Amino acid sequence: MILKAQDRLHSQGKETIVLSTPDSRRTAERYRPGVRPYAKMGYWNPDYEPADTDILALFRITPQEGVDPVEAAAAVAGESSTATWTVVWTDRLTACDRYRAKAYRVEPVPASPGQFFAYIAYDLDLFEPGSIANLTASIIGNVFGFKPLKALRLEDMRLPVAYVKTFAGPPTGIVVERERLDKFGRPLLGATVKPKLGLSGKNYGRVVYEALQGGLDFSKDDENINSQVFMHWRDRFLYCMEAVNRAQAGTGEIKGHYLNVTAATMEEMYERAEFARELGSVIVMIDLVVGYTAIQSMANWARRNDMILHLHRAGHGTYTRQKSHGISFRVISKWMRLAGVDHLHAGTVVGKLEGDPNAVQGFYNVLREGRNPVDLQRGLFFEQDWAGLRGVMPVASGGIHAGQMHQLLTYLGEDTVLQFGGGTIGHPQGIAAGATANRVALEAMVLARNEGRDIWNEGRDILEQAARHCQPLRIALETWGEVTFDYTSTDTPDFVSTPTAA
Amino acid sequence: MRVTQGTFSFLPDLTEAQIGAQVGYCLGNGWAISIEHTTDPHPRNTYWEMFGTPLFDVHDAATALAALDECRKTYPGRYIKVNAFDSTRGVESLRLSFIVDRPAREPGFTLERQEGPGRQQHYTLRSYATDSPEDERT
Repeated sequence: MILKAQDRLHSQGKETIVLSTPDSRRTAERYRPGVRPYAKMGYWNPDYEPADTDILALFRITPQEGVDPVEAAAAVAGESSTATWTVVWTDRLTACDRYRAKAYRVEPVPASPGQFFAYIAYDLDLFEPGSIANLTASIIGNVFGFKPLKALRLEDMRLPVAYVKTFAGPPTGIVVERERLDKFGRPLLGATVKPKLGLSGKNYGRVVYEALQGGLDFSKDDENINSQVFMHWRDRFLYCMEAVNRAQAGTGEIKGHYLNVTAATMEEMYERAEFARELGSVIVMIDLVVGYTAIQSMANWARRNDMILHLHRAGHGTYTRQKSHGISFRVISKWMRLAGVDHLHAGTVVGKLEGDPNAVQGFYNVLREGRNPVDLQRGLFFEQDWAGLRGVMPVASGGIHAGQMHQLLTYLGEDTVLQFGGGTIGHPQGIAAGATANRVALEAMVLARNEGRDIWNEGRDILEQAARHCQPLRIALETWGEVTFDYTSTDTPDFVSTPTAA
Repeated sequence: MRVTQGTFSFLPDLTEAQIGAQVGYCLGNGWAISIEHTTDPHPRNTYWEMFGTPLFDVHDAATALAALDECRKTYPGRYIKVNAFDSTRGVESLRLSFIVDRPAREPGFTLERQEGPGRQQHYTLRSYATDSPEDERT
């Protein structure tokens, strides 16, 4: 449709005005009623130099057969900013040149026929300060259903400092979280209570107590444990906090259980969060499915109440996993850092869930670092300055066990929460033994790394050595030592490595 | 019981060589070593006593270990930890903190409860170590 529009252009309008200069003739032509290609309406400008204050987006576009990629890129720019399908004279009541998003670069995706990277710049004034809902309504609004495109994926964004500064960011941040918990120098350890559905409050709290007493820092509600017939949410909160307090007394450490306050309405979420606060919990949790506005509201609540806010990325796989369509998780990571969460599940590399090592490291860098340089190998297409915004602690959860400790520490680094659910609760000697095995494996690996040992190659030996003074670790290694989840990733960064002069 | 605060409390007590290696790692990263001690390891007892100011100008492990040795001699039987402080922008906090000495017998904590409305329990964690006045503790 969009290419054919050009043919219709000249048959419709009638010249009725006398035009004096070439410029005014061009302008009149531009606003002649009818349909014009987006590229000719100002949404394609290869000479445009993005301003420091522009929001930049990189889309992967797959145009329909016969659709010119430049026109497709311009259409994406148009539909995600000011355009509609036809020329409207009311554009002329605005500073429309400024408000139009501009596609400024289009290039083929390496080794992916029919796909193109389209770089688009948006003026800062197009966006309401501090609103993820407003940002996303533009960038991933109508445009994703646009007919001339077979598929569309938002790969990356550059959020200018001027825009970053309109967000309050994580309520607690990595540094303050560590100071509050008094835990330094190693990843934190957690586990999700299993089975995730069906336990009574009393039995559920038992799992929490054993896991925390055994050596974990955190235990966790799963994403879909809210308030069901087998366990009312108040019951769960009361039993879990009993477990947390007992474990603190038994170990002298600060412990936490992520109390999931996800509910049908904000009012209900606030009620649950208030109760968690009254009971002395250090952390509450929400699911990504509550929506961006609810997340920002809960972030505000957490800031007011000195609460760590954990976000479980429930639902993200529906739109982040396929390379051709949806949103990359690195973009979700950026939005969530702005929106303000303290923990975000971001992949394990070695576990049971999707995650190419480079792509996952890209997500971790986005969440944790003060500035992200361009890093095509890790899927980071833009330099991103976080302007002092606190960091988000990435969470690695799903199918990981003590035998992978050297790989986890190497891939994911220190500022992360490693969550061993099955790898704690499934331990043959019980939950506390499972927790101890994980903690000993972790501490032994950090100690060895700091001593300068090559943990990537000597990891297995380091674990075996540590298991000599820790029977639960020995049993864990015997049970799961060889378990791996080795499948091809569906989401890997596509890039061509550029040779450097040096 | 064993207080398991700190980075390496689940491992057997570190040897001098192991402590030296960790201190060397911290100094190699440009972090400042500091030494703290206490008789009350309550998890909310944030401010242990400082054994002098952080050793910002000490860049060799031997000097830092000598300071640790002096602390141990001055306060035998106390909890002693070694911290590493990173003044890099965006961190400005500890990067490592591990217990290197502890009492032979750790009395631990008791959990006191107060019944509240709606089945709520109000918990208070109390260190047994604080049963005696501070000047009578080790």
